[in-house]
Amino acid sequence: MRIDSTEKLGQWQKECQKRIEAQKKRVLVCLGPGCLAGGSDQILEEFKNILAQKKIKDVTVESIKKTGCHGLCARGPLVVIEPEGIFYSKVKKANVAEIVEKTLEKGELVEKLLYTDPESKKKIVDYKEIPFYARQMKLSLRNVGQIDPDSISDYIARGGYAALAKVLKSMKPAKVIDEVSRSGLRGRGGGGFSTGRKWASCAKIESDIRYVICNGDEGDPGAFMDRCIMEGDPHSVLEGMIICAFAIDSPEGYIYVREEYPLAVVNLRNAIDAARQHGLLGKDIMGSGFDFDIKINRGGGAFVCGESSALMKSVAGEVGEPRAKYVRSVAKGLHDKPTVLNNVESFATIPVIIDKGADWFASIGTKKSTGTKAFSLAGKITNTGLIEVPMGITLREIIYDIGGGIPEGRKFKAVQTGGPSGGCLPEAKLDLPVDFDTLTEAGSMMGSGGMIIMDDRTCMVDVARYFLNFLVEESCGKCVPCREGLYQLHKLCVKICEGKADEDDLALMERLSKVIQTASLCGLGTSGPNPFLSTVMYFRDEYLAHIRDRKCPGGVCKELITYSINDKCTGCMACIRVCPVNAITGEKKKLHVLDQELCTKCGSCYAVCNFDAIDIV
Amino acid sequence: MVHITINGKVVKAREGEMLLAVIKREGIDIPALCHHEAIEPTGNCRLCTVEITREEWDGWKKYVTSCLYPVEDGLIVRTHTAELLEIRKTILDLQLARCPDSEYIQKLAEEYGLSKSSYEARPEADNCIMCYACTRICEVLGRNAISAVQRGHKKVIAPPFGEEPPDCIGCLACAQICPTDVIPWRDEDGVRTIWNRKFDLVTCKKCGKEIISREFADFLIEQREIPSEYFDTCDDCKRMETARKMGDIIAKAAEAAL
Ligand SMILES: Cc1cc2nc3c(=O)[nH]c(=O)nc-3n(C[C@H](O)[C@H](O)[C@H](O)COP(=O)(O)O)c2cc1C
Ligand code: SF4
Ligand code: SF4
Ligand code: SF4
Ligand code: SF4
Ligand code: FES
Ligand code: FES
Repeated sequence: MRIDSTEKLGQWQKECQKRIEAQKKRVLVCLGPGCLAGGSDQILEEFKNILAQKKIKDVTVESIKKTGCHGLCARGPLVVIEPEGIFYSKVKKANVAEIVEKTLEKGELVEKLLYTDPESKKKIVDYKEIPFYARQMKLSLRNVGQIDPDSISDYIARGGYAALAKVLKSMKPAKVIDEVSRSGLRGRGGGGFSTGRKWASCAKIESDIRYVICNGDEGDPGAFMDRCIMEGDPHSVLEGMIICAFAIDSPEGYIYVREEYPLAVVNLRNAIDAARQHGLLGKDIMGSGFDFDIKINRGGGAFVCGESSALMKSVAGEVGEPRAKYVRSVAKGLHDKPTVLNNVESFATIPVIIDKGADWFASIGTKKSTGTKAFSLAGKITNTGLIEVPMGITLREIIYDIGGGIPEGRKFKAVQTGGPSGGCLPEAKLDLPVDFDTLTEAGSMMGSGGMIIMDDRTCMVDVARYFLNFLVEESCGKCVPCREGLYQLHKLCVKICEGKADEDDLALMERLSKVIQTASLCGLGTSGPNPFLSTVMYFRDEYLAHIRDRKCPGGVCKELITYSINDKCTGCMACIRVCPVNAITGEKKKLHVLDQELCTKCGSCYAVCNFDAIDIV
Repeated sequence: MVHITINGKVVKAREGEMLLAVIKREGIDIPALCHHEAIEPTGNCRLCTVEITREEWDGWKKYVTSCLYPVEDGLIVRTHTAELLEIRKTILDLQLARCPDSEYIQKLAEEYGLSKSSYEARPEADNCIMCYACTRICEVLGRNAISAVQRGHKKVIAPPFGEEPPDCIGCLACAQICPTDVIPWRDEDGVRTIWNRKFDLVTCKKCGKEIISREFADFLIEQREIPSEYFDTCDDCKRMETARKMGDIIAKAAEAAL
């Protein structure tokens, strides 16, 4: 059906909702990146196969839906059965028949697949009652995990494109920009620049053409929020972009998706086709006379291509190197024309703001960081996965209440926020509210929302070394402070890890960092020293231990640690079997002996010992 | 015309002119390694960084590369603060580690009190300072025969795929603009070699001296609409020819006067 008027959308929405309601039961199988890795595509197939053969009241093959990430990836593959919200985790293909038979046919629960609360040890049926979900508020992720990304009617049924209809029917471009400005939305791609102000300054500039670009490069290691939105709810990104295009009067938009996200490209392409077919994209959108179309661009695979000026060059088919932005991209962007570039999550949030109003959005979060923010939790945390929370929530609430704390009863050491060029915050900062300014003041940053949690077995110098290495490899190499400076900073960090540095090296690193920060050409260089600066700020002792005592307190830096066997050894011989160099000798049930001379410090024995009998000092 | 303040002195400048040009005009010396009049600025050496502020910025200041920063009225610029000296010194220090044998860098570093780099010399050290002057001049010619390849500290200037550059015309512009003289080339037995590609040289019909590469001559004839006879004789012979003609004229004039 071609939607040639805004009224017609309302009608279509009712039909879509009716069709969904007609399905008494819906089985949502997560096909997000985490669950897919656990084989959830086979689970989906199995459901379809079984239901194709079996006749069950109120359940058909159409009841089975593939969705984007449900969030709790640590427990994937996940299957949710609506309308009850029955939550099955760690599902295997072999469980499908049982789910069909018991839950779908008889309305009984498959106990063993239910979520067990780690505290109370009680089984929880409805996912909304699981602490991980209960504390969240999903705006940009509102549909991810709820709808089939390939079904435009799923999106419509949940109110999709209604914000666009509202804009086209009753708002002037200036009013749209005003609404976005008043919402206080700040860019979710890292910088935290006011989205409304960006749109306003672009709209002001005289030009024959303006462009809209969506940044789906998501280069931060460990971050996958944008991926999940593009894969799980592509229409929300399109809708946000079309609204932006209307606000700044742009006929042409681009979505820049990184090479590693082929499924995002497929789903976005399907969404674009569907939107075009229904008259929601392309010429004369919803009969309003407004034209706008979107093309997809595949990223070049370099981290720096996420930087706005490099990204625009890459879209234009040139080498993705940043340029000095003394003239801003809103004035001279793609093909030197005024351009608005926003992040995926930023665009996905726009329809919600238009729909519910700026005041409503601004009432969520904090005064200067309004709304919600999606984060990906990774590293040493029980509930790795994808979350969205109101700004201003504390790190502790995220890590402990939602994230379920640190596994294996270990101690929290640091949380890395803001991607490779973000910073590491220690335990003392856990009660900080998470918002743009507080994190920056604390020496870290919001960045795009990747959070990596580290436990007490982490060496902070090693962490700095790791991220510096990433940045050295990803520096585009155009300007000297970043190319040569980060290279030397990383070398010096390695020197510390190897126990070969002295305190002058540390002082040199601090001086060098300041110059790299002020003199680099783009954001990669100016934020490049952050991994070092934030760790040296909060974990200086650890640096000094490496330098003065030639010790690695985290037990990580090979050159500075030794392995030994203590008297907790039960003589199980597990370590003997794994040691690749036969450095451990001993007999069954007798204390084993480790030969320091032979030991290559590979850590295998430590990893297998079940009795805490291997010491690292 | 706009007015800006540089190191306390009010000076006039054209709107949109780059800050570095104004600074130079004022006779203020700041290093600008990647800058060249003939090519677009890229701002990659970062040595020309200066501090800017404005009355209304309330003490807030910003560091910008002057070669790229368009002048605006009311700008307050400082070129030699302690921070800026530290920035330039550090950059030269880093360049010294990259190009330990480059006399060009050594000389500049010495001006900043550096005789030796504080950093370990790069194992794959070469004397290219990655100023991109060569690639930019080649781009100006419309050839784009060479470019910066790879990224980060592995970045080098090279022809596509490291092979003989198909678009090169052997004009030597890159080698001539290179401030550190690291682009090797030679003319030998009527053949010019640059970027490992060989070019036949056009020889002077008069004296037999080698003038320019055949490809470059063809390029100039075609693109710049220079008459092809122009390349029949070398500059020296052309000059001699002119002198001879002048001599003839003068001799004739003298004869007539007698
Ligand atoms: C080195 C570097 C990498 C970046 N990578 C990304 C990225 O992957 N995704 C993104 O949205 N923004 C990235 N940014 C930020 C963008 O340059 C830009 O500020 C942002 O996309 C604007 O959108 P927003 O205002 O909605 O945040 C990066 C910035 C730098 C300096
Ligand atoms: S700061 Fe780094 S990434 Fe940015 S332009 Fe300079 S070298 Fe390239
Ligand atoms: S650390 Fe590795 S090499 Fe050393 S004793 Fe243990 S298993 Fe053997
Ligand atoms: S010699 Fe070749 S590479 Fe050098 S500037 Fe001329 S065309 Fe370009
Ligand atoms: S070869 Fe010469 S001109 Fe080219 S980047 Fe290196 S130093 Fe600059
Ligand atoms: S991928 Fe399934 S929960 Fe994240
Ligand atoms: S001269 Fe300005 S950055 Fe090199």
